[in-house]
Amino acid sequence: MVVSETLILAILQAVLVMALAPLLTGIVRKTKAGLQRRRGASIFQPYRDIARLMRKETIISHDASWIFTAAPTFILAATWVAATLVPTFAQTPGLAPIADLIVIVGLLAAARFALALAGLDIGTAFGGLGASREMLFATVAEPAMLMIIFGLSLIAGTTRLAEIAATVQATVPGLHISLMLAFVGLAMLAVVENGRIPVDNPATHLELTMVHEAMILEYSGRHLGLIELAQALKLLLYVSLIAVVFIPWGLAPAGSTLLAYGLGFGVYLIKLVVAAKLLAFFEIAGAKMRVFRVPQFAGVALMLALLAVLLLFVSRSF
Amino acid sequence: MLILAALLGPAVLFGLALLAATVSRRRWANAAVYGACALVAVAGLAVAVTALLNGSTETLTLPLGIPWIGMHFRLDALAAVFLVVVNLGGAVASLFAIGYGRHETSPERVVPFVPAFIAAMNLVVVSDDAFTFLFAWECMSVLSWALVVSHDRDPQNLRAGLIYVAMAGFGTFALMICFAVMAAGGDFTFAAMRAHGAGLPGLVLALALLGAGSKAGIFPLHAWLPLAHPAAPGHVSALMSGVMTKVAVYGFIRITFDLMGPVDWTLSLAVIAIGAVTALLGVLYALMQHDLKRLLAYHTVENIGIIFVALGMALAFRAAHLPAAAALAATAALFHVFNHSLFKSLLFFGAGAIQNATGTRDIDRLGGLIRTMPQTALAFLIGATAISALPPLNGFASEWMVFQAAFLSGSLPQWGLRLLIPTAAAILALSAALAAACFVKAFGVTFLGRARSAAATAARETDRVSRLAMAALAGGCIVAGVVPGFFTNLLGPASQMLTTARMPIANAVSPLVPVAANHNTYSGLIIALGLIGATLLVAALVHLLANRATRRSDTWDCGHPEINLLAQYSAGSFAQPIRRVYASIAFGARETVEMPAPCDLAPAKFTATLHDSAWELLYAPVGKTIGFLADRLNPFQYLTIRAYLGIVFVALVLLLTGLAIWS
Repeated sequence: MVVSETLILAILQAVLVMALAPLLTGIVRKTKAGLQRRRGASIFQPYRDIARLMRKETIISHDASWIFTAAPTFILAATWVAATLVPTFAQTPGLAPIADLIVIVGLLAAARFALALAGLDIGTAFGGLGASREMLFATVAEPAMLMIIFGLSLIAGTTRLAEIAATVQATVPGLHISLMLAFVGLAMLAVVENGRIPVDNPATHLELTMVHEAMILEYSGRHLGLIELAQALKLLLYVSLIAVVFIPWGLAPAGSTLLAYGLGFGVYLIKLVVAAKLLAFFEIAGAKMRVFRVPQFAGVALMLALLAVLLLFVSRSF
Repeated sequence: MLILAALLGPAVLFGLALLAATVSRRRWANAAVYGACALVAVAGLAVAVTALLNGSTETLTLPLGIPWIGMHFRLDALAAVFLVVVNLGGAVASLFAIGYGRHETSPERVVPFVPAFIAAMNLVVVSDDAFTFLFAWECMSVLSWALVVSHDRDPQNLRAGLIYVAMAGFGTFALMICFAVMAAGGDFTFAAMRAHGAGLPGLVLALALLGAGSKAGIFPLHAWLPLAHPAAPGHVSALMSGVMTKVAVYGFIRITFDLMGPVDWTLSLAVIAIGAVTALLGVLYALMQHDLKRLLAYHTVENIGIIFVALGMALAFRAAHLPAAAALAATAALFHVFNHSLFKSLLFFGAGAIQNATGTRDIDRLGGLIRTMPQTALAFLIGATAISALPPLNGFASEWMVFQAAFLSGSLPQWGLRLLIPTAAAILALSAALAAACFVKAFGVTFLGRARSAAATAARETDRVSRLAMAALAGGCIVAGVVPGFFTNLLGPASQMLTTARMPIANAVSPLVPVAANHNTYSGLIIALGLIGATLLVAALVHLLANRATRRSDTWDCGHPEINLLAQYSAGSFAQPIRRVYASIAFGARETVEMPAPCDLAPAKFTATLHDSAWELLYAPVGKTIGFLADRLNPFQYLTIRAYLGIVFVALVLLLTGLAIWS
């Protein structure tokens, strides 16, 4: 009974994140267009884009090896597994023993490893440039992420997402200074990891400082479609992660009625829309920074997380 | 009588080495000697695993060595764990050498030493008194030195050999004093030291760090390691990096956890700090390399750092009487020892195969090898993924355990540790990310892209036996990553011995539980199945729904692809952003661009300079002093017989005068 419910919830969650990911990207783009006084494409445009890419012929360079063709499938699969492990609309206690927050970060790192290798595969200058910079960003983002996990594990006594959410739900909102610091840090990291402005611009090609787009320059057709889908999924994952850790209210508890699940789903949709609007506003408000400023940007996130950990130690010892 | 069986292995291997010395020039000698060596090592592995499962402790005294004292041997859980590492590494390296060794130009300089080297490492692990330990330790050093200088035509190898033998001598010297301090009663058996406890714990720990640490490669005593390990033939590099450094870790654990008795928490501060610095600097050095084997050797330094951080945490938790957390940290360290021996051997085999196929280790002259050496490429990729700590492979499992142990530091009473351990954890996360960057570079520049030289274009896949050895290790990396619980169970008795506790027992299917009280768990099996399932599902859906038309065409590269093969991203250019961000602080890295005058068609020149401050501040002054003294003493070689007699007479008079004043 419990196993089957876990399985149903897991499958439901997997389908849900995959289905909603392009929508989130669509809302961000639509909001940005509105803020720039443009009409913008429909919020469903990313679905059409991916469908169109899937229908197109795929062109592969003569110099490409199997790494190049296998990478998109693996990147999407790893991101998908990671996204499924983050509770979205309901608590999934059955999934919790499989993986904690570090495993989710590890899966995303595996996807990044595959993408960077794919960037180097053909031996073009753009691919190498993107791969090299992506790995640089990872080296500043991963210690910051670990410090945030450290802080959360000190607060909740665990690195399991479901239990962190339960702990945060039980505390008084807005009063936990370490939690606030970790929140700001994680939000900054989400910007770095997803290559949004001011770190990278997802809407550009042929800009000297681009990172993600440079790595996938040689991709076309179904391969490009898979990578775009993985990119959208990663954005959704980070939004869900921030939502489940810092605003877990509205999460349907395990074993609820269908109505409660429906309510949880509605709350989750609202969270997604709010996050998309905020991200769009943040992106429109600033300009892209130089590549070598990014380590400083992520370094601020690391410092905030370290401060959160230290404050926790200090507050615990009195 | 498992201990007899465990001693029989080294005895047979020593005999084999003597036999090999007489026949090593024959054509069949290579396969015969390495085949026999692999069989003996497999038997030793079986003995070690049996000892681990039995969990019993056996001791034995043989009437050899120093008269009336004899040689003491002991096979306990800790020794059994390291016997597994030594014999597994020895067996696979011998298997690899059956194929690899055929390309050897002077087999008589390599073949006899390898079985003896494996035998010496076996002996270190089972010895139970200071004399036996130091004898075996020194045998291990000298035999590996002989292998490092086996290709003595290359002046670089000779220099590496010189620095190695100096550092090895220094290390043994430190260990000798260490044992002398511990054997305050004059009894040099480990049993007596164990009963006695260490009188001067700070001094003993410092000497253990100098002696065992210099062999393991902790910063700043690592300088010999990236010179010596690459100089040896491929399978010996794997043995030195994958196994011998672990024997050094064994020496450190034996002294600090077993012989010293309870250790104060302040000492763990030093171990953790040294470990963290070693990990970070090791990987930063590695990123700056373009010699594949030297890059791998620097990664050994990094992983030794990770192991020392975990060991330091185990000491801290043990001193604070938190046995469950101490057991987690100790098991994490031992599991990482095992994992590192697997993937580091695998990567060195790959590097050896590449060197055989192309004649170079410089990755800037390689490229595109994934097409000519597909199976080596796949094995190397698995090793690279494992060492980069990516799920679901074994490197991730052990680093996950290290992080879980670090998260428990909040329960420690001491402020120093509470501040140090989170910092060390952040540094480990940084080094894991840097390691991933480094292996994207190593794999990407070596195997991907287009071939940068004729040698790389002409490369052929390596022989079948070598591939079998690599496949075995790659399989080991996957199994240890997917069912880590099976391995942590096996490490239970050793953890019990070191920390009086063990990790909760896991079975193959259930997730890994670090500590019974908290609820963090990791199931490598389900993550692996989920990844495979999701990959297959995505592939099937794309196959069914998407347009399958595929066309091979020229590279796009924004419309102007670069024809020059050397204009591809190289090791130096890939590491450039990281060099700018990190190495400018750590190594004082500077980049200078010399542009020709306007309208001048001369090429521009770019130079990047690095300063190895450990070398410049520590080794170079010592080397200079020794050189200076040697120059001053040099005239004493060319005196007449009268002058020598005069010196002897003066010395005698001085000594007698001194003696007279003394008494």
